[in-house]
Amino acid sequence: MKGATRLLGLLAVWIGLSVLFALLLPNFATLRNFETIIRQTMIVGLAGIGLTFVIIAGEIDLSVGSAVALVTVVIAWALREGWNPLLAAGLGILTGAAAGFVNGFLTERFRVSSFIATLCTLLVFRGLAKGLANEQKIDAPMTWLAGLTASLPPERRWLLLPTGAWLMLALAGVAAWVLYATVAGRHVVAVGSNEATARMCGIDPRRVRMGVFTVSGILMGLAGLMQFSRLTVGDPTVAVGLELSVIAAVVVGGASLRGGQGSIAGSLIGALIMTTIASGFSQLGWRNWQQEIITGAIILGAVAWDRARAGRP
Amino acid sequence: MTAVPGEVHALLGENGSGKSTLMRILHGELRPDAGTVSLGGRSYAPHTPREALQAGVALVHQELALCADLTVAENIWLGDEPRSGARLDRRRMREGARAALAPLGEADLDPDTPIRQLAPARCQLVEVARALRANARVILFDEPTSSLGAIEVERLFAVIDRLRADGRTVIYITHFLDEVGRLADRVTVLRDGESVAEFAGRGQDADVLASAMAGRPVSEVYVRTTRMPGEVALRLDQVVGARRPKSVSLEVHYGEVVGLAGLDGAGRTETLRLLFGLDALRGGEIAVRGEVGARAPRFRWRQAVGLVSEDRKGEGLALTMSLAENVALPSLHHGERGPRGWNRRGNAAMARLSIRAAGPGQAVGALSGGNQQKVALARLMDPACRVWLLDEPTRGIDVNSKAEIYRLIDAAAQDGAAVVVAGSYLPELLGICDRIAVLRRGTTVAMLDARTATETEILRWSASS
Repeated sequence: MKGATRLLGLLAVWIGLSVLFALLLPNFATLRNFETIIRQTMIVGLAGIGLTFVIIAGEIDLSVGSAVALVTVVIAWALREGWNPLLAAGLGILTGAAAGFVNGFLTERFRVSSFIATLCTLLVFRGLAKGLANEQKIDAPMTWLAGLTASLPPERRWLLLPTGAWLMLALAGVAAWVLYATVAGRHVVAVGSNEATARMCGIDPRRVRMGVFTVSGILMGLAGLMQFSRLTVGDPTVAVGLELSVIAAVVVGGASLRGGQGSIAGSLIGALIMTTIASGFSQLGWRNWQQEIITGAIILGAVAWDRARAGRP
Repeated sequence: MTAVPGEVHALLGENGSGKSTLMRILHGELRPDAGTVSLGGRSYAPHTPREALQAGVALVHQELALCADLTVAENIWLGDEPRSGARLDRRRMREGARAALAPLGEADLDPDTPIRQLAPARCQLVEVARALRANARVILFDEPTSSLGAIEVERLFAVIDRLRADGRTVIYITHFLDEVGRLADRVTVLRDGESVAEFAGRGQDADVLASAMAGRPVSEVYVRTTRMPGEVALRLDQVVGARRPKSVSLEVHYGEVVGLAGLDGAGRTETLRLLFGLDALRGGEIAVRGEVGARAPRFRWRQAVGLVSEDRKGEGLALTMSLAENVALPSLHHGERGPRGWNRRGNAAMARLSIRAAGPGQAVGALSGGNQQKVALARLMDPACRVWLLDEPTRGIDVNSKAEIYRLIDAAAQDGAAVVVAGSYLPELLGICDRIAVLRRGTTVAMLDARTATETEILRWSASS
């Protein structure tokens, strides 16, 4: 009930922004532009689905950008070595899952906060990516992987959105269902809402957190796959600071960094709002520094408004 | 009550009698709703602990109230640091700290030692030194011996004797009867938030004090039908935990209600937590429903053993989650699954326990204390637990909810469940239990028949040393 009104509110914000830009820009309200915005949302959106689990469980992951870069490098390496594209993509997703697992493992094994553990892996994953790529971009042969995020060719316009976007939407649906309707999903919310209660009720918070980080890792892998698809090379220096955009999207989408609250749909709309703002302002010809200031102000405004409405400190 | 200079005045009362609230009013942490306090003939109404200290009233806390990462000197001067120009005057801080520590027999304590490195007893002396440094004329002690060993207690008593000889007023909160006899010049007894009696302190008969503390006949709201205890459901044999319990032995049968009595810090909560696998077992043996040894909470729930925590908001409930989810949390796999199934179970719990809520989807944080407690209790009834571990099951809830919870406990025992109730309110334990185990400083010291035992008897067991 309350969650639904919040989602409608977010959606209204997004529509309002789109209408505003459409009034200012003649080319904004076109199917083509809409497709571009969705394509640009894919990476943040996929990583955001994963991070929503992490944040609802009361944790944080700062290694998203580095993990995505590592995944692009791994995929490019596999393709260069002549792997089948499907296997290369699989290896990339597996790499992401492993990265997530490592985040969870370090957090639990050394009993440090996930902020610290993932701050370390932010460096480690980035370093691994650079080492594996010999500090250069890895060129890979052109494959159908590029088509995951590419604009649709005219003969397949009827698909409306590229495969990657459909994949994101389908996974968002699955993730929302898992979170809302399965035992595992409710355990995640319980651990984030009140760890002591969860423990008392027979839930093992360590296992839940390990699971959450691993799931988030799989989604980081997919985000990495999309990133690779966009670049068609393995770039160890790509996606620096991506984690901050993802956190922003999840928080704008209604999640609380104190855990226990958040929604997949919210995070996705949050990501959409962020991309729309970026796209709109750059089409208006605003400079990068102006966009950054505006984006910061909008995130703060959205979260402050949400907290004030919820009547919490 | 009145206290004069050069006097140790004890405030004696059971848990929940209002001792600590009174202390917090004197210390400026709370404001009185009515009535007045005067200090040295003038009206005294501090708004903050700082104002209290400036007026000459200091509090030595029951639990550590120092900044562990600051040094002894820094803590002694905290909030009132001497300066030379813009800089802290470290030299004066050290000297002041030494001057305050010396009369406490701590002249050799280096003022630059971080608090983290000190044992609790010495930390307490640092708090006393803080009061002396501010030249407090009235020093309040809130149950200062609850975390001290015997030798440390003697040292603290020597310090208090010196404060009295110095002409200061010491107000000393306790529920240990023997401490009153040993230390106090006068004693005021509190019961249900009212001062009910004043006695001379030293040499006072413990029985007189205990009956003044207890005072009143067992009320009518308690429910205890005739019960038929069956086989042993729980057995604890000299069970030891991390700090508490120290040695608890106990047997609980199916179909009976056993109380765990004892003062705060006696280890009631810890015993239940240990049974439930929330705290580590360090020694002794546990057998629950035939399973020997410590087990995790998940295992206990599967054994149909359930726990209600004393800390409803901190541990008992996930406040941002819905009523239905909170009820189903230990058993999401059980019975009807998925959001619809959980909602149906929430509805069933609302009907069975007459929980007043907008619906099963309402966040538990929005409910009243009594309804929240019923939600926590509902976990033990869906599916029905055979062993109920209840820690302060009626704390902070209204009388009607209390009565309903007593009925539920009685019904569970009639149904053959083994119920353990840890509680600090003795009339309640005497009214609903069959037997009462008394804990003192982590050890079971007595097993009493709740139908014949009296509050005085329990207090004597739990408070004498």
